[in-house]
Amino acid sequence: MSAIVGAESIHEHAESHEHHHVSQNFWQKYIFSEDHKVIAKQYLITGIIWAVIGISMSVIFRIQLGMPDSNLSWLKPVLGQWISDSGKLDPNFYLALVTMHGTIMVFFVLTAGLSGTFSNFLIPLQIGARDMASGFMNMLSYWFFFLASIIMFGSIFLQTGPAAGGWVIYPPLSALPEAHPGSGMGMTLWLTSMAFFIVSQLLGGINYITTVINLRTRGMSFDRLPLTIWAFLITAVLGLISFPVLLSSVLLLIMDRHFGTSFYLSDIYINGEALPNVGGSPILFQHLFWFLGHPEVYIVLLPGLGITSEVIATNARKPIFGYRAMIASMLGIAFLAFIVWAHHMFVTGMNPFLGSVFMFLTLIIAVPSAVKGFNYITTLWRGNIVFTPGMLFSIGLVSLFVSGGLTGIILGNSALDIQLHDTYFVVAHFHLVMGAASAFGLFAGVYHWFPKMFGRMMNPTLGQLHFWLSFIGIYMVFIPMHYVGIAGFPRRYYQFTSYDFTHKFMDMNMFISIAAIFSFLAQFIFLWNFFYSIFKGKKAPKNPWRSNTLEWTTPVNVGHGNWEGEIPAVYRWSYDYSKPGAKEDFIPQNVPYSQTLESNLPHENELIATEKEIEAQNFNDQFKTAH
Amino acid sequence: MYYIIALVALVFIVLTGIVISRLQNVLKSVKSDDSTEVKHTGNRFNGAMFLFVLVLGGIAIFWSYMDARGDFLPTASSIHGRRTDDLFWFSMGILTIPFIFVNVLIFYFSWKYQYKKGNTAAFYPDNHRLELIWTIVPAIVMALLVFTGWKAWSDITGEAPQDAEVIEITGKQFNWITRYSGVNDNTLGNYDYRLIDAQNEVGIDLSDENSFDDFMGPASAIHIPVNTPVLLKIRARDVLHSVFIPHMRVKMDAVPGMPTKFWFVADKTTADMRAELNDPDFNYELACTEICGMGHFSMGTKIVVEDEASYRKWCAEQPTFLNTYPEYLAKVPDNLKAKAMKYLPEGSVTAVADSTSGTVGMGSSSLR
Repeated sequence: MSAIVGAESIHEHAESHEHHHVSQNFWQKYIFSEDHKVIAKQYLITGIIWAVIGISMSVIFRIQLGMPDSNLSWLKPVLGQWISDSGKLDPNFYLALVTMHGTIMVFFVLTAGLSGTFSNFLIPLQIGARDMASGFMNMLSYWFFFLASIIMFGSIFLQTGPAAGGWVIYPPLSALPEAHPGSGMGMTLWLTSMAFFIVSQLLGGINYITTVINLRTRGMSFDRLPLTIWAFLITAVLGLISFPVLLSSVLLLIMDRHFGTSFYLSDIYINGEALPNVGGSPILFQHLFWFLGHPEVYIVLLPGLGITSEVIATNARKPIFGYRAMIASMLGIAFLAFIVWAHHMFVTGMNPFLGSVFMFLTLIIAVPSAVKGFNYITTLWRGNIVFTPGMLFSIGLVSLFVSGGLTGIILGNSALDIQLHDTYFVVAHFHLVMGAASAFGLFAGVYHWFPKMFGRMMNPTLGQLHFWLSFIGIYMVFIPMHYVGIAGFPRRYYQFTSYDFTHKFMDMNMFISIAAIFSFLAQFIFLWNFFYSIFKGKKAPKNPWRSNTLEWTTPVNVGHGNWEGEIPAVYRWSYDYSKPGAKEDFIPQNVPYSQTLESNLPHENELIATEKEIEAQNFNDQFKTAH
Repeated sequence: MYYIIALVALVFIVLTGIVISRLQNVLKSVKSDDSTEVKHTGNRFNGAMFLFVLVLGGIAIFWSYMDARGDFLPTASSIHGRRTDDLFWFSMGILTIPFIFVNVLIFYFSWKYQYKKGNTAAFYPDNHRLELIWTIVPAIVMALLVFTGWKAWSDITGEAPQDAEVIEITGKQFNWITRYSGVNDNTLGNYDYRLIDAQNEVGIDLSDENSFDDFMGPASAIHIPVNTPVLLKIRARDVLHSVFIPHMRVKMDAVPGMPTKFWFVADKTTADMRAELNDPDFNYELACTEICGMGHFSMGTKIVVEDEASYRKWCAEQPTFLNTYPEYLAKVPDNLKAKAMKYLPEGSVTAVADSTSGTVGMGSSSLR
């Protein structure tokens, strides 16, 4: 019976399918595409290009810090005027490098490149939708990001250099062009670029949320959503609430810079004259900035954690441990993310009582994070672990997340933050927990879903090599960096020779720099593997990792609309791995309980009765509704 | 050091070699195998790597920690500094336990439960008791850390004692300017940023009589007394700066338009520290830790901590602001001029007094 229904709907679909393909030329298909899969790849490739630029910058300033006496004349062809005739890096440009590295990595790589790629790619595929709720808005989202990228990239080539006030662009430094060359045109472009970037994020975020809520396939209730989708949904909500606040703070800063307002400026005497601005507060900017800035940490991290949940469960051949606890902890983290921002501001002169409150709230966030860590470990326990490159990066992520997260408990303690604030201890902490962990999430996702994206496999051995070199390299960079931080080395210093208290650890800094260069070089293994496999990789099977989620029920080369026939219905959660009694060690979500009587748990047998109901539901199929 | 780097490089090269040789084998086997089924390549190798990295990483972290320990937290020389140091090591000690525990579990489980043909993973989707345990235990530990941290934080940031020595420190691109409250009233005079000029660098308001005995600290070093509460009143003239005295565990941002403060008790003089560290060149330093522009990395000064008597003597020797720039008497309101007179240099009194009534004296071109 259902076969006949299926055949009819395939027929119906074939008609509508044709209608959709009629007018697709090259530009519509690959450039101004409204297909979520193409947009995801656009995000991914743009993100990878940005990552290469951003990490290269860090290598340059690591050379400056680790080998302060080295002659950098060989960089003159690239950096031109920023290298002096004696081969020294310009101190102003050093600050610009630090600033651009932070901005690029946090926003352009780990927000757009990670969340943009995988939210776009996986949400429709894993919830069983033909595409995003609004393909057009989705396209706009990418092209606003592209515009932001062009502006940010252009700012690097300015005569006065790009923005250079640190990625947090605290005014008054960022508001006064006379305070620093980077606060002139460079900062104008930075602010413009970020305004467009935020528009892009909002367009994307609204789309993700709408799609998850409205376009889930038959039977895909919220308690059957894969954890990836939960993570993307929560990430999108975080972004939707916090990015507008950044936009407003950016707009106020633009007003201060160009229209003579005094939101952030007061009592300033610079270049021999007293400015007329009074009554503003630089601290106001910090409050607004960190109201985004802290949730941003989780905007970056949660997609990585979601991807990890999926990859670990699939490759450990075990259900994720504590599915509901995982969702609850993500919701908890997301809620707390909005009420801990001032822990970045303990020593800014903020009222100390406020500091106590924020210390308390900050340390609470360790609890849901600990739950997540332990749940991952228990998922590994008594598994049957296959070390695909995606799995290795996911395991690596858990280790980095825990190691980096623990030092956050030190920094969240306001009394201890007095000494450690703005030292390398902070740098080491957030690079482990947010930078490296999220980057590992990105790698895990790319390795895991590459077959679905490009219909080919990446080379697993090179992937494993890439993992070990990156993993060891990351720890070799950031564990010693904690030591440097405990010794009190302040961050954003051009060199450490000005003080006696930083006149030690010379060789430790050199070691960190060399390890950083090693880790950087290891990424070229990935780049080669990635681009080579797109064209020459081994043809992928339909479900290479024997996974349960819906995207693996689509054809190897997924076309427009994702499923050729009807969208599959969903009957179970996505984690039925190694279920006792089952024939295979995985049962995809679209297999009804009535077909797996041998492995059903008692309460699942009761669900067989609801199958008819699920099949009869409205399809939410975008190809079948008029538009 | 070079040995370590060479050793690490060697490990990398060996690792790369192993993997590439394995890759050759894999490529050979791929050619003879056209099936689309994905093979689990290198599973045993990766499992073993987890154990190898765990052991080697553990040794490396332990060794590097022991080796670097001597240069950690510079010797604390303030009372609250030793308290936060103790708290820091206490917290680090507690956190080392989950650091080791969790990482060992991750690496060990990865090795132990690696894929073996015929093995089946356990279907183990949840256990409420376990989850409850690892929610409650971290919560209790956090509560303990919060409580100790909160106690220390509120003591450190509480009101400074009444008798604290008040010193104003102002950050500007790219140096620090200090103003002392003077030998007579221990009260800083008012200021206004509009009064700043080339001589009056912090905008002292001379219509406030408290400012008459204020004196500017020399650029070479900040002097503070030992075993006496010192209250730093922190200001910034242009952009954000941050006062950081690593040995005293003092850090507070300097914000234009919003004065901040930090009080502490230094309990080791510079001489004490030189003896303790066996380093005759030792000096306390003050550095900037909030990015402020090109000279940020070198925006520092020295601090001299001396005993109460020599500090008082030093203060008495410093010329007051009015003594250095007598022409600023013109800024003093007429009813206070008599009080201000005694801070002027001997002999200049009459000259300046004359000048105030009509023509303005030397240096007045900068007075606005």
